Amino acid sequence: MSIRHHLSDPLLMAYAAGNLPEAFGLVVATHVSMCDGCRAQLAAFEAVGGAVLEGTVLEGDSVAMADGALASLIARLGVPDTAKPLPKRGDFPAPLQDYIGGGLAEVKWRNLGLGVRQAILPTAKGATARLLYIPAGQAVPDHGHRGTELTLVLRGAFRDAADRFGPGDVEVANEDLQHTPVAEAGEACICLAATDAPLRFNALIPRLLQPLFRI
Amino acid sequence: MRVVLCGMGNTVIEIVTETDFTALMIAVRDRQDKTAFAALFQHFAPRVKGFLMKSGTDAALAEDCAQDVMAVLWHKAALYDPARASVATWVFTIARNRRIDVARKARRPEPEELDWGETEPDQADVYEAGQETARLVAAMRDLPEKQRALIQRAFYADLSHSEIAAETGLPLGTIKSRIRLALDRLRQNLS
Repeated sequence: MSIRHHLSDPLLMAYAAGNLPEAFGLVVATHVSMCDGCRAQLAAFEAVGGAVLEGTVLEGDSVAMADGALASLIARLGVPDTAKPLPKRGDFPAPLQDYIGGGLAEVKWRNLGLGVRQAILPTAKGATARLLYIPAGQAVPDHGHRGTELTLVLRGAFRDAADRFGPGDVEVANEDLQHTPVAEAGEACICLAATDAPLRFNALIPRLLQPLFRI
Repeated sequence: MRVVLCGMGNTVIEIVTETDFTALMIAVRDRQDKTAFAALFQHFAPRVKGFLMKSGTDAALAEDCAQDVMAVLWHKAALYDPARASVATWVFTIARNRRIDVARKARRPEPEELDWGETEPDQADVYEAGQETARLVAAMRDLPEKQRALIQRAFYADLSHSEIAAETGLPLGTIKSRIRLALDRLRQNLS
């Protein structure tokens, strides 16, 4: 798999800092599971976090623990866990499988019309994550964004005005991008998408349907 | 902490290095060494508590959370891989995850674990990872105050860039470019 479209530094840094809404975090964790380059970059940002933690003492920001805190914790320590989690194998990377509760067969699709299907995944408020199924050759209605939309290709590929996006590629779209993603011929395209504001569809019908479908 | 290395003849070289924490962490991981755990607690717990308080957690909750973070360090020690991260970085990730649990009641999706196998880690990698925090702390000290502060804010506070903008009065584009500039400088200082 050759991934050409990666996560941006601000996104990786916000994820490393723990400041991304859960839905965006899911896209980041899924992409990182597929992309060694972004995994390394994420590790670098986490190391900056380690340096900020270590540096608290230089800034005069470390704070003494209560008297007896260490003794009471040591008294409570139990037997450490020895099990290491085994890498899981499934249709999708492990973080996504966790949110689906299984693989492709377990996805609870809803039809959006014209063969396009989606499944909203359960995440905290502030942003929405969903799986999209776009039949080969089919377009997702032309839409702009009020916020940020991350779209990660899991299977197949789509093209829009910006470029071609294949498995593992992630498109970061903001208010400036007006696009009509079209699935490539031959294979349905399955994507994981996260948005932090409702998408703005340009055709009347899709907009009326938005509250219904939470897109 | 100090490591004393005995060199040729009677030469004694003292190196003050973060590798010590790696050794302490391995003692916790492999031998459930409570003395080593106590040393790690003395070093990291006040930093975690201060870090969480800078993130807006009140003192009592930060105290509890710092204890929880150190308890996770003990119970999940088997997961610590000294070739992949310094102890400070690992503790940071535990503290970050604890903050997400407490502040947002949200789950944190984690990337799939790579299958690293059961081979012994490369000692050069362990050494490099052990040095990374000290080098980054030094590199951050060399940054202009404003850039250092922005990086700290990005990691301390449960704030997006646009919220930092609202608080500091800096336009969003300025914040993003300053953070980018600061990270570029960090990279240069490390290369």
